[in-house]
Amino acid sequence: MKNKTLNYISMEFLSRSANEGFARTALACFAAQMDPTLNELEDIKTAVSEAVTNAIVHAYPNSLGKVSLKASICEGNVLEITVKDRGRGIPDIEKARQPMFTTGGEERSGMGFTIMESFMDKLTVRSAVGRGTTVVMRRKIASRLKPQQ
Amino acid sequence: MEIEGKSTDRNLMLKFSGELDHVGAREAIREMEQAIDAALPRRLLLDFSGVTFMDSSGIALILRAQKRVRNLGGSVLICHVPQQARRVLDAAGIGRLVEIR
Ligand SMILES: Nc1ncnc2c1ncn2[C@@H]1O[C@H](COP(=O)(O)OP(=O)(O)O)[C@@H](O)[C@H]1O
Ligand SMILES: [Mg+2]
Repeated sequence: MKNKTLNYISMEFLSRSANEGFARTALACFAAQMDPTLNELEDIKTAVSEAVTNAIVHAYPNSLGKVSLKASICEGNVLEITVKDRGRGIPDIEKARQPMFTTGGEERSGMGFTIMESFMDKLTVRSAVGRGTTVVMRRKIASRLKPQQ
Repeated sequence: MEIEGKSTDRNLMLKFSGELDHVGAREAIREMEQAIDAALPRRLLLDFSGVTFMDSSGIALILRAQKRVRNLGGSVLICHVPQQARRVLDAAGIGRLVEIR
């Protein structure tokens, strides 16, 4: 069941490495209104960094393309993040999600999907070769007792 | 990303400061390998106290260090890991491969 969306942001940027830091920091700023703990905020920031880095490094290896990043705050204090590219796509998603699997050579570890999975409650990857990849991540932010306003 | 190195008697200490993301790690790997090739350490200490953010790119750096130093018959130790980077290392199970203190 799809929860009702209470707030969202949507942005698009060029697949330049300089935008990785921007994307994860912007997302963390948006998520801050959900009153997360520091650990929750850092988990979100790390997961976004992984997904956006993949779109920049793997989707467009020798070119520049568009990356879109969306985040929605849904009823029940759930954050849903969507990172989408129109790059080269993933031929075998199950294999790509295995720990240590990488096509990125020695400067990548193959642990990106493992970290997204471990830091988020749910990770969905859709991809078509030559058409692009969409990664959707969900994370419930534990509600904390707030003082009465 | 900044790396400070200190080498004595085939002990090499590298202190990292800044963000170990894709860009930061790529730069840091290059510098680290130069330092390893110059010092040929038996013991490589990676001091992460100045790491303000790390994602799986940092893991690639650690695995690279491990491989290089093992070929020299040496070992790697990671120390002063801030909380955020520690959670990344734990999620990836890096503690089973490299000593973390
Ligand atoms: N957006 C994407 N477009 C194309 N390929 C991707 C994308 N994301 C991931 N991949 C593929 O999945 C593999 C595993 O990704 P990941 O777990 O993040 O590890 P790493 O980035 O270190 O290679 C990548 O090496 C790449 O082959
Ligand atoms: Mg990755």
